[in-house]
Amino acid sequence: MLSRRFQARRQRPIHQDTLTEPWPEAGLVLFNSPYDPPASLRIEGGRIVELDGRPEAEFDAIDRFIALHAIDCAVAPKAMAIEPRVLARMLVDINVPRSELVRLAGGLTPARLTQIAAELNVLEMMMALAKMRARRTPANQAHVTNRKEHPALLAADAAEAAERGFAELETTVGVTRYAPLNALAVLVGSQTGRGAALTQCAVEEALGLRLALLGLTTYAETLSVYGDERAFRDGDDTPWSKAFLASAYASRGIKVRFTSGSGSEALMGHAGGRSMIYLEARCLLVVKGAGSQGVQNGSISCIALPESLPGGVRAVLAENLLAAMLDLEVASGNDAMASHSEIRKTAKLMLQFLPGTDFIFSGYSVMPREDNLFGGGNFDGLDLDDYSVLQRDMLVDGGLRPVREERLLAVRRRAAQALQAVFEELGLPPIRDEEVEAAVYAHSSDDMPDRDQAADLAAAERFLRERRNAADVIRALARRGFRDIAEKILCVEKLRVSGDYLQTSAMLAPDMRVISAVNDPNDYGGPGTGYRMGEERLREVAALPWVRDPHRIGAPAPREPWLHPRGPARPRDDANEILIAVGPAFGSALDATLTGLPHRDVLSALASGIREAGLTPRVVKIYHTADLGSIGWAGSQLSGSGVAVGIQSKGTTVIHRRGLAPLDNLELFPQAPNLTLESYRAIGRQAALYARGEPVKPVPVVIDNMARLKYIVQTTILHRREIEQVDPDRLPEEMIWDE
Amino acid sequence: MNEKLLYPLAEHHPERLRTPSGLGFEDLTVDALLEGRASMDDLRVSAEALCMQAEIARAAGRRQLAENLERAAELTRVPEDEILRIYDALRPGRSTRARLEELAAMLERRYQAFRTAALVREAADALPQTGGNGR
Repeated sequence: MLSRRFQARRQRPIHQDTLTEPWPEAGLVLFNSPYDPPASLRIEGGRIVELDGRPEAEFDAIDRFIALHAIDCAVAPKAMAIEPRVLARMLVDINVPRSELVRLAGGLTPARLTQIAAELNVLEMMMALAKMRARRTPANQAHVTNRKEHPALLAADAAEAAERGFAELETTVGVTRYAPLNALAVLVGSQTGRGAALTQCAVEEALGLRLALLGLTTYAETLSVYGDERAFRDGDDTPWSKAFLASAYASRGIKVRFTSGSGSEALMGHAGGRSMIYLEARCLLVVKGAGSQGVQNGSISCIALPESLPGGVRAVLAENLLAAMLDLEVASGNDAMASHSEIRKTAKLMLQFLPGTDFIFSGYSVMPREDNLFGGGNFDGLDLDDYSVLQRDMLVDGGLRPVREERLLAVRRRAAQALQAVFEELGLPPIRDEEVEAAVYAHSSDDMPDRDQAADLAAAERFLRERRNAADVIRALARRGFRDIAEKILCVEKLRVSGDYLQTSAMLAPDMRVISAVNDPNDYGGPGTGYRMGEERLREVAALPWVRDPHRIGAPAPREPWLHPRGPARPRDDANEILIAVGPAFGSALDATLTGLPHRDVLSALASGIREAGLTPRVVKIYHTADLGSIGWAGSQLSGSGVAVGIQSKGTTVIHRRGLAPLDNLELFPQAPNLTLESYRAIGRQAALYARGEPVKPVPVVIDNMARLKYIVQTTILHRREIEQVDPDRLPEEMIWDE
Repeated sequence: MNEKLLYPLAEHHPERLRTPSGLGFEDLTVDALLEGRASMDDLRVSAEALCMQAEIARAAGRRQLAENLERAAELTRVPEDEILRIYDALRPGRSTRARLEELAAMLERRYQAFRTAALVREAADALPQTGGNGR
């Protein structure tokens, strides 16, 4: 016999995630593998001769590179002498400044860095990350791709992403040969509207460099490094080739960020039994040693592998923290699907979202998931409103800003039109007007007309061969009336002349000025310090387009009065009468219930229910109270039959009988949202049956557990309007209504 | 360079930023591109700017970033095709030790790229660990 509850739970998406147990030999271990070396460092004559238990003669290429470049020998003896737990405590101590920890971390070995991270729980890591990230202002990166590799859609999505506040846009290719056109489309889109977003195209290293040299991308990110020599070789690089590549990019003034992440070595079969975080610490020291200003890490595309193990999400946070300790810019992952479960995905995100990182996502899919050529993005285009609410809820700057639909559509159209003009000017296969229009309104590439792919690919190859470049694009835009976009692209390209964005954690502020860890250093030192949203930003984060003006909730539309007072109400002794006692705002200051049922229809429904059972309705308005029990009670005192239906203007209803205490009742219908006109009719009939002394079954009502959640704001405001109409000295009045 | 450099250079020292062809930072305009006074070749950093950025990085305590930028300053003198060739030579299994030594010597001789040459020599020294000779 199977439990129905267990069956139901097994149907939930979380059960599609694979969970497993540690297996160090397969690299399925986060911290403290039995194969991890002990932390050690020996320096002789200013030269590292032993690193993490290994003498120089046995160094592999990664050890050697780290020993030569990454570790500060001046500070290392002091830093290595500090107990890991003591250093871990310094990380969460607001009285120890970031600069001191960065200095000490510069003298630590991979094994020691791993030990320090292992001392911290998730909350402490988040505290430490808030202090240790390099740039004070947090930001965010978007993925911009689509399955059809449609240029107009790429441009429109890039423009939308920039407009929404993403500071960086990453595109890639399904078919490599598309790369120059995709990069071009995203570049043009990125500087339409708000602009100020930097762009990259994730492709093979040599091609990536060529795109950057042509100015078609403005930074590069996917310089992958590994914590194992064989994995490095499988990635077709060595620490030295990567370091050279970093300098090559910088020599043309192009910003670079490396990529690493736990689980990649295990996936490639090269973990050698060592723990994921130890291997990641080695990666990070290679990144630092190569002189990269920063890294994209947090397991990245391997995220589900560490997550399969106990503590996996914590370990991924540890990666981000280690990178920040090493004074590297951190683009902190969240760029691949982390779970089938929405709950788990969001919980994982919070570990980077709450402390803030240089780029919380290293790829938030600005389009729907099915168009994401990176295989997802932990959050996607359909989650944008949810994400905006998370920012608003916690007053956390997640790097995004709400934008109204009209504005987004205008920006998308202009981006697609600008690209259309560039294609025409540069002799690329034309983008037709209907493609532009489709790109403005598309949900995904399914909504886009097909293009002649062979022609596009041939054009892309020619484009690259002829070395068409950003200067050509700027000229084309300026000639065709897109001067503003041309100016902004030039502004971004000029970054490579000043080199200002080569500094750690550099990005462009909305005014196109560079901010980085140099002029915007993180100075977090406890409450009241570090990054805080200013007044303007707080207002922006709060002002979601669908926020309702509370003053307008429940405000009645002006209409002819239909409920008329006819003097003081008096008790009657007509045993056939059911009294309907309405609240003070009923049919006047308010005109409909919570769910929008017009008061007039509600009254008619109640009356017809009473009449169906052969009795007569009489309507009285209560002014001295807005409390439902008291309204019903007051009605029952006046009712000939002694039975009264009390109703508040928001629709909450009670059946009362003379002789019961005010808070007692025959039946209570406390959830107005669950009441329909049919329910009111049944309530009227029920009241009449009570008066006739017949046996009754309770009126069936729907139970909706979401009703309170959905209507509590309206309830509060409608009730306030009712209370505003209360006049403690005014006696109940007889009412007639235009039926 | 004695006075302390103010960052960002584009805001504080635009007069010290020159493109490889000698254009000033403020002369890099859309009109200059349209009228042929500037080209993509001007949208490149100069060795001087990279040295200034290296100085800023070092002052901020970022030694390795500074060294990278100093290598980059040397590489401004190296043409793109040559850069791609050197990069390829450094990738695993592409080069013998002697070939890397040659490249290092060439970097010094032709481009006065001493720091980059040192990096290439290190790679040569590490060869037994990085995959040996050709593949």
